[in-house]
Amino acid sequence: MRRRRVLVLVLAAASALAIVRRRRRGKGERVTLGFGDGSTITLEAGTPDAERLLAVARRAVAP
Amino acid sequence: MVASAPVEPSDALADLVEISSQIVTAAVFEPSGNVAAAIGGGGDSLARTARELLEAASTIRPGVPVTRIEASTRGGGVFVVREGERLIAATTTPEPTSGLVLYDLRTALAKSARAAEPEPEKPKRRRTSKAQGEGGDEAA
Repeated sequence: MRRRRVLVLVLAAASALAIVRRRRRGKGERVTLGFGDGSTITLEAGTPDAERLLAVARRAVAP
Repeated sequence: MVASAPVEPSDALADLVEISSQIVTAAVFEPSGNVAAAIGGGGDSLARTARELLEAASTIRPGVPVTRIEASTRGGGVFVVREGERLIAATTTPEPTSGLVLYDLRTALAKSARAAEPEPEKPKRRRTSKAQGEGGDEAA
């Protein structure tokens, strides 16, 4: 019985952690580009290409 | 695309910010940077930013034109959509609904692009003289 309770707690904690991580990832900075051939790429913050574009975008939305 | 009446770019942008509460500023402009209309202030600055983004993005896949940019930052989003020789750029509140913003931008651009097109010439009505018709009857 006690072992089951521990397992439930561990699973609940893992789920909560996954939700927090997913939310954080959603709030992250990124750039999505669409091209004339129909392809799309997403650049996550931290890569040189993304940072170059994000620097321009940050200036535009700065208060 | 959405079938709607062509409107002036300024009216298209006014409709855009009325429809989308996420859009803060927007501008319709040409590839040269010439701003046709802007809303929310800083049209020239937004067009310049959009051109800088397009220039930077064009180096990622050289030779393939960039038609869409969605830059999501903590302070807000910057969107650029290109369709032919017309472009639209917008800044948004943080974490916008990208699909919705893109749809609204494309709709506004399409509406303003149609307004900019010259009206097609009406085909001239061909006059058929009675004499010709009668002549045809006579020949027969």
